[in-house]
Amino acid sequence: MTRYSVFSLVRNGLKGHRAWPRAWRRAEPRRSYQVIVIGGGGHGLATAYYLAKEHGITDVAVVEKSAIGLGNTGRNTTIIRSNYLWDESAALYEKSLKLFEGLTEDLNFNQMLSQRGVINLAHTLHDLRDLERRVNAIRLNGIDSEILSVEQVKAMVPILNTSPNARYPVLGASLQRRGGVSRHDAAAWGLARAASARGVDIIENCEVTAILRDGDHVTGVETTRGPIKAPKVAIAAAAHTSHLASMAGLRLPIETHPLQALVSEPLKPLIDCVVMSNQVHVYLSQSDKGELVIGAGIDPYVSYASRGSLPVIEDQMQALVHLYPVVSRLRMLRQWAGNVDVCPDASPIISLTPVRGLYINGGWGTGGWKATPGSGWVFAHTIAQDRPHPLNEPFSLERFTTGALIDEHGAAAVAH
Amino acid sequence: MLLIPCPWCGLRDEVEFKYGGEAHNNRPLVPDVHDDTAWAAYLFMKKNPKGLHLERWVHAAGCRRWFNVARDTVSNRIDGSYKIGEKPPAIAAETEESA
Repeated sequence: MTRYSVFSLVRNGLKGHRAWPRAWRRAEPRRSYQVIVIGGGGHGLATAYYLAKEHGITDVAVVEKSAIGLGNTGRNTTIIRSNYLWDESAALYEKSLKLFEGLTEDLNFNQMLSQRGVINLAHTLHDLRDLERRVNAIRLNGIDSEILSVEQVKAMVPILNTSPNARYPVLGASLQRRGGVSRHDAAAWGLARAASARGVDIIENCEVTAILRDGDHVTGVETTRGPIKAPKVAIAAAAHTSHLASMAGLRLPIETHPLQALVSEPLKPLIDCVVMSNQVHVYLSQSDKGELVIGAGIDPYVSYASRGSLPVIEDQMQALVHLYPVVSRLRMLRQWAGNVDVCPDASPIISLTPVRGLYINGGWGTGGWKATPGSGWVFAHTIAQDRPHPLNEPFSLERFTTGALIDEHGAAAVAH
Repeated sequence: MLLIPCPWCGLRDEVEFKYGGEAHNNRPLVPDVHDDTAWAAYLFMKKNPKGLHLERWVHAAGCRRWFNVARDTVSNRIDGSYKIGEKPPAIAAETEESA
């Protein structure tokens, strides 16, 4: 692997940037591996990377049905944060945020991490009390978080309509200063490059068509490029988790919904933090190119169509214009949807399964991006040791039988 | 945008309806003989198919009646609707068995 540095940049610049080597090897599937990871998104690539780095397991294949990072990894709005209510989630998402903070150096790939602060608005007294409770819980877990007055919010976000007569009056907000944005493509490419350099095979255009079993033990997968054997198979396939699990005879508490986002035409600097509103379900940040990146909510019905419906967007745009009147004449350039795998308690499943050697990492719903490195880190541990790490023990599949759900609808519902 | 065929009102715009989740998942009639696993299956486990999905909708801004819809989750194509208590349309039943 060529190390990226200012010298490699200058050297390649002098050659007209035509001599850069491939970032990761183009691997052909071998007959067998120690571990197969299904899904070449951020979570699958992070899993493979940490299997190699933390556990010394390099005999790993990541099989991806299209090209890496083209699913939800490339469709989210790049927001990262760890302001979750419950202890279990706070620990998991904080682990991920800490990994994000060191990821550029760790991967030798610029993640363009920008910890510009994430603000959550309160529009009603109930909202405000809820945010205060959440901020207190977060601080008790040792994570930075604070409550802002209306004046403090207005000072940070001058374009926000804070008039008491506004359709959605702002009564206050919470702020996590360490939250912000991080470039999602850089995570996919950086993790793929670093994993590949440690010996992981990244196999693109290879769709899994069956999960092979011998009794209650997994033995490998059937793919569009032939069978691949492995004693351990790990699913990190977001929207397709239920579909893949059904190949092994499992039914999961997951439903797949489209989640939409939009970007506007580029503007001069207008907003230098991330602002979200749980009540009206719209969130906003500005990209380095100047586009406003705006997130919407999920469509209510199950769908794999990769396109959301217009009523959802109309609701979000209506709320956006009320909150930020300055954007009322702005044109939207692109709209897209990703299919997200939603759990009933808005928390993920990172777990062993009743099939030995088969592991599941899914159900991240609308909030998987921010967990990318942390998710891979705990999943790699779960696969390597064949038991969960203490951080993901509460996120087992059994919690739906025992009733120990981790209800994060308040923290997870917005900002992805 | 979906056009949903309400069995009473005919084709109407999606915004008039509320979605009610997977259909034909009946609450156990004798609850106390169920163990935790069976309750988990009833409460949480979902088919979440790629393809035909039988689902409940309510015409919230119309006749306010519940009914079932057969829809393809990949194309969003609606194959038909039927009243609560009725059997799914034949096309739906066949596709589901073969799936």
